[in-house]
Amino acid sequence: MTPSAHTAVGIVGVTKRYGDYVALRDLSLEISDNEFFTLLGPSGCGKTTLLRVIAGFEEISAGSIFLYGEDIGALPPNKRHVNTVFQQYALFPHMTVLENVLFGLRRLGVAEDNARKQGFEALELVQMSGLQDRLPAQLSGGQQQRVALARALAPRPKVLLLDEPLSALDLKLRQAVRLELKQIQHETGITFVFVTHDQEEALTISDRIAVMNEGVLQQVGESREIYESPSNSFVASFIGETNLLPVRDLRVDGARATCLLPGGVQFSFPAEGGASAGEGLLSIRPERLSLTSPQEGLLNGEVVDHIYLGTDVHVVIAVAGTLSLTARVQNDGAASIPDLGARVGVMLEAGAVRLLRN
Amino acid sequence: MAEQETQEQSSGEPSGERGIYEGLAYYLMAPAWVTLFVFLVVPLGIMLVYSFLTKEFRGGVIWEFSLAAYDQFFFDRGLFGDEPARIEWTYIGIFWRSLWQAGLATLLCLLLGFPTAFVIATRSGRWKFVWLFLITIPYWVNLLIRTISMKFLIRDNGPLNEWLLAIGVLDKPLHLINTDFAIQLGLFYSYLPFMVLPIYASIERYNFALSEAAADLYASRWYTLRRVIFPLVKPGVVAGCILVFVPSLGAFLAPDLLGGAKKFMIGSLIEEQFKGNIGNWPFGAAASMLLLSLVLVMLTCYALSQSRARR
Repeated sequence: MTPSAHTAVGIVGVTKRYGDYVALRDLSLEISDNEFFTLLGPSGCGKTTLLRVIAGFEEISAGSIFLYGEDIGALPPNKRHVNTVFQQYALFPHMTVLENVLFGLRRLGVAEDNARKQGFEALELVQMSGLQDRLPAQLSGGQQQRVALARALAPRPKVLLLDEPLSALDLKLRQAVRLELKQIQHETGITFVFVTHDQEEALTISDRIAVMNEGVLQQVGESREIYESPSNSFVASFIGETNLLPVRDLRVDGARATCLLPGGVQFSFPAEGGASAGEGLLSIRPERLSLTSPQEGLLNGEVVDHIYLGTDVHVVIAVAGTLSLTARVQNDGAASIPDLGARVGVMLEAGAVRLLRN
Repeated sequence: MAEQETQEQSSGEPSGERGIYEGLAYYLMAPAWVTLFVFLVVPLGIMLVYSFLTKEFRGGVIWEFSLAAYDQFFFDRGLFGDEPARIEWTYIGIFWRSLWQAGLATLLCLLLGFPTAFVIATRSGRWKFVWLFLITIPYWVNLLIRTISMKFLIRDNGPLNEWLLAIGVLDKPLHLINTDFAIQLGLFYSYLPFMVLPIYASIERYNFALSEAAADLYASRWYTLRRVIFPLVKPGVVAGCILVFVPSLGAFLAPDLLGGAKKFMIGSLIEEQFKGNIGNWPFGAAASMLLLSLVLVMLTCYALSQSRARR
């Protein structure tokens, strides 16, 4: 089925093989117009391959790719109206900043004075005006990154592809540039497809996120949706931290589910969707677990570790055998944090529990 | 003498860590300097001095200052040296033909060497070394033997002609031996690796993400090659051209054996002057000095044009 002309990038059943290795497995995805879209996943999950497939650097083994309704699957990279910001910037070292920025415009055949006007606009957008005559080697890493962005924006591509562009910057700079990127996307109205392995980056910057693992799309949704309603255990544990609880005697009845927790306590919680029975996996975030006395808790166990995070402390509790849970406790003085070796009870907030289907 | 100087410099000012390494650098360079001095500067000095001496008729020199060798190169004063001087075109012609032949050989090596180097540099790991090894294998055999073999291959009733006749491409043997074409073939074959290796080394260092960036920014492959790849691998190309051009200019084996020694090139002319007892040592020395000056002038012009272009 052909995606509509309002879909910026339509990926339909795309598979990419390298010999026996499958990098992308029958992947379908629609990226909307004027969207900040993020491809997120661990290294080797196929996110960069997908980006390179959209750019045209990799030929696909099966499926098709559409850019605003036009089938671009067979076009070489120089015939696709998308531009890329490369991870290591890939600025032309023998050309000045301005020549780098004008490269794409000149190749598109834009008249020289228009090209220069658009080039200077792009440099202004990334706050690099005045440095147009420098060579890339005379710039800092952060400045090179901005030039790479200006070079890719100058030809006004239909879609801008960004391949982990912030990974070479230090943390402070990365956080600042992140906000700026978001702002530039908003100002230019160009669809951004952003690749990262940093889930925090993805959550703060994106309109929508696609989580990938082993060449397979795991979940697509807004930041909040991905974090609060992960569709499977991979998404739940990759995005933020989570506790996974195996449960028995699971019964879903309408909007409610009941089950037996490890240790045999009955637990009931709201659950959407179809009926399932038997065994299951519950996900609950560390900040949604609360600690109480051993008698009151649904589960109880022994405190085996503290992980100091600054404003909070992660308290690791060994429950029944191999299972351990992590609770996030606010660091408001030592009183609220149980000592190592102490027995504690753990409360589960019914509304915060999510049943995972695998 | 050179060593005393380096000792003084290294012990003179111990200016921190950098100073220590700088001092060490002089010691490390010393063997190279000594070798260059003994085997390059001294022989060149001898050549320079000999070119201004008087010739001894059975080879060798008489220690008497004379400009006769240079005079003989440029002017014709008749058999007995008593006629008015006219420009002597013979030797200038030989120089011109040598320049032309060496230039053509360089161009051919570049045209074939660049794609070869490119293909090798873009192969994956192990194949790279296999190809490089194959390219260099023939050079384990002496140049003289290789040139003689070439002569046998391309002679009128040699394997090449026999094969071409057998498959019916030709109906009479192609006359290759003792032609300019044969000289070109010899030069090209002798010096191709000197073009391939430096170009390979610079393509190896080239970051192919730049080619992707160029394609991403709407450049065709041809434009990318001309405006992105070529400028960045140019140092290797220049090195390759110099390494092929300079020895081609002075080559004497290929012209002698494949050109039938009738097509004189500078190398054969010079070689002739030092052979047996018919030679003219000062004249050979003078021709060598003129060849050296020519090469230096050309390299200097190139260097100047480069530093001007960079500004």
